Amino acid sequence: MSIPVETSARKITIEPVTRVEGHGKVTILLDDDGKVQQARLHIVEFRGFERFIQGRPFWEVPVIVQRLCGICPVSHHLAAAKAMDIIVGVDELSPTADKMRRLMHYGQMFQSHALHFFHLCSPDLLFGFGSDPKQRNVLGVAAAHPDLAVQGVNMRRFGQEIILATAGKKIHGTGAIPGGVNKNLTIEERDKFLAEIPQMKEWALSAVAIAKNYTVENLSTVADFGTFPSNYMSLVRDDGAMDLYHGKLRAIDHNGDKLIDGAPYSGYLDHIAEEVRNWSYMKFPFMKNMGTEDGWYRVGPLARMNVVDFIDTPLAEVARQEFVALGAGAPVHVTMGYHWARMIELLHSLEEMERLLNDPDLQGDELVRTGERRSEAVGVIEAPRGTLIHHYEVDDNDMVTMANLIVSTTHNNEGMNRSVAKVANDYLSGVEITEGLLNHIEVAIRAYDPCLSCATHAMGRMPLEVELVGADGKQLDRKVKD
Amino acid sequence: MKGKVLLLGIGNPSRKDDGLGPALAARFEADCPEGVDVDANYQLSLEDACTLSEYEKVVILDASAKGDGAFTFEEVEPDPAKEFSTHLILPPSILSIAREFFQAEGLLYVLGMRGYDFESFEEGLTEVAAANLEESEAYLRGWLTEA
Repeated sequence: MSIPVETSARKITIEPVTRVEGHGKVTILLDDDGKVQQARLHIVEFRGFERFIQGRPFWEVPVIVQRLCGICPVSHHLAAAKAMDIIVGVDELSPTADKMRRLMHYGQMFQSHALHFFHLCSPDLLFGFGSDPKQRNVLGVAAAHPDLAVQGVNMRRFGQEIILATAGKKIHGTGAIPGGVNKNLTIEERDKFLAEIPQMKEWALSAVAIAKNYTVENLSTVADFGTFPSNYMSLVRDDGAMDLYHGKLRAIDHNGDKLIDGAPYSGYLDHIAEEVRNWSYMKFPFMKNMGTEDGWYRVGPLARMNVVDFIDTPLAEVARQEFVALGAGAPVHVTMGYHWARMIELLHSLEEMERLLNDPDLQGDELVRTGERRSEAVGVIEAPRGTLIHHYEVDDNDMVTMANLIVSTTHNNEGMNRSVAKVANDYLSGVEITEGLLNHIEVAIRAYDPCLSCATHAMGRMPLEVELVGADGKQLDRKVKD
Repeated sequence: MKGKVLLLGIGNPSRKDDGLGPALAARFEADCPEGVDVDANYQLSLEDACTLSEYEKVVILDASAKGDGAFTFEEVEPDPAKEFSTHLILPPSILSIAREFFQAEGLLYVLGMRGYDFESFEEGLTEVAAANLEESEAYLRGWLTEA
């Protein structure tokens, strides 16, 4: 071994060295006049998944796909399971299976949104993203709001315990299987979770209030930050309600007019295509009826608030109405609104879990249904970061022959690039990447919370690198977050 | 306090050498010294801060994307720097949270094992990484006898 081992050394620069996932690179291209022409967020979409999954038996897929991402394994588990339901000929799960899966999904939404709120969002919202970075971190939160971190961790733990009870394992859950689930919820498990609901609800309401108050009180700053009009897409229930587990595709334009509505997601290829650009492995989805120039859209919490007609839980619906009032009849395009929207979904997920836990179907015995085998299927779910599409073909020997995934971050590819370009336009001065600019670019990317683990396979060494490139193609400046 | 030492393997076994951490964790699970707990996950997460508070020493076992030797072993200093993604939480950040919010007093180390192939979506280590795993295991077993 040639590397010295210094166990007594106190200095350490843990570059993200030890993680191969989770890196972003931003290139800001200037024109001849030194103005921002384009910004490119490079998130390298993994290649090789199709090869990895091909030749595997279809029933393994809901478990294997969890290896795509350590943060959202449940979303992949459920999207794949939904597709495999179709493969085994089951169009409607038993009430027990449907509700167990929903409980698992809302547990995942709750823990994922709690993680984002505490770790990434709360310092920005409590202190403002323009404040001193030395304060705007978890230590600053500790000083100003000592209970908040413990709340965040406990909310995340609650969601993960729901996942454990429904998926069977903390990682590599096996709860959802083609045609149903492999367990129900015991009375003891139910009662343990129900006892925690009041405390979780209080904390969720508090998180909504923090996000709302920050947005409203700082609207003059955040309204334009990385913001632009866009189209939006999500699943909605048949009656227009938010349904994060199942529904039909709906897309609206920047005025709120429907571009797609009531479309079964099995036909997603009739509505969505993906553009390839030579500088990015990650594709750029767009709605076919609008074309590449105008058909791009955003997904995730902000999109869902804009797309649904209502939320079918009382506290979250009140919060949604306050949120959409910002748009004064039009969609809310405020990119920083993702944070507020995310907290409304946190509250909604908690209310959904409470409703499900009080439903005796969770103790039912009909776990799996069967039907006539099919060869092709699509499973779609609203994951924490947005619409997640899994599409598979299976041969007569039960082996997967084709897999196609469009993850939430891919849907948001154009939106993230536009937010970065807007921030660069607004905050770049001269040809130097200042700490302020780097910080603002981070804030813009954080709003989307891109799913880097599923969206990237590239190894790198820095969490975020920003480079400035002149019209002649030469690098003018480069800054790395370390 | 749960125990003296926790070995926490981090990485994705389906991405070739990124699976070094879980691979080493699996070896210690199969043959674990007394007083040592072993766990593994894809990546660090917020609740690991709470876990840190339950041990005197925690060693993160991870793949390293750079370095000339088989591995590095270093103690982590807390750093509250904020990441830009929930998908990338770094050891210094986790340690900061553990110290500030969970009164963790223990020490955190990172054993970074040199890997080479992180791009393939395949199981199994490369030959060189497998050799690095051997060296890392030998070093860590020696360190644990003194820890």
